[in-house]
Amino acid sequence: MPIARRRQRRSAIQSALTDADLSHLREALIAQVGRSRCRGVIVDVTALDVMDSFAVRTLRDIAHMARLRGAETVIVGIQPDVAFAMVQLGLTLKGVATVLDLEEGLAFLNRRTEERFLETKPKRPSERG
Amino acid sequence: MGEELRLSIAADVDVVEARQQGRALAAVAGFSSGEQTVIAAAISEIARNILMYAKKGEITLSLVQNGDRQGVSIIATDQGPGIPDIDRAMQYGYSTSHGVGAGLPGAKRLMDEFDVDSVVGRGTTITMKKWRRAI
Repeated sequence: MPIARRRQRRSAIQSALTDADLSHLREALIAQVGRSRCRGVIVDVTALDVMDSFAVRTLRDIAHMARLRGAETVIVGIQPDVAFAMVQLGLTLKGVATVLDLEEGLAFLNRRTEERFLETKPKRPSERG
Repeated sequence: MGEELRLSIAADVDVVEARQQGRALAAVAGFSSGEQTVIAAAISEIARNILMYAKKGEITLSLVQNGDRQGVSIIATDQGPGIPDIDRAMQYGYSTSHGVGAGLPGAKRLMDEFDVDSVVGRGTTITMKKWRRAI
């Protein structure tokens, strides 16, 4: 599995998913975040045929749950037709990072996890002192 | 037109099947791939509503023609509890099932024609159509 960093989890959706598949993905990913202590999750939805209200809500849940577990999520590969239908349906992924493709997703997570590291860094000297 | 496809909706795999069949029919009718996705999304929403509220029902897909305009018609029927307040059910963000509340109003936005016929205790029929844009 081409994971650039061990601290990231990549999930590529291979085909059309049922609601049960999506719920299972959510459960499995959140469990994995803890098990592998990963800091980043990439969900690749390139192969998803449709993003309806249930799919959007599940992706939002994944991102929010992962954040509560200390990991950042980025959704990659929303196809133009899928984006078109989502906008018409009035569905948004507010609060969830989305980027064009896997490469951008990896770059995004690398930046984000780096930023987090930097954010916590200045505190360290005072902690020691 | 002749071509009519009746699909039973009783499990979440049927929702996927219905939207895929709907997309295929929209392609036959000459819709662009963007519009095919829009039609598939609308079918996904109303098919899920059947499962959530009525447990089972049926979706009928067919090609329709109005003059020289071609389109697709989607009829979703169930013998479920019916919708007590259609006006509220059509409001975006209103849901009685912990859903997003985007199902009916969302599908309406996606389609050109949208009609709900529901009797409490008897069931619901949703008829929706989308027409191809004249070039």
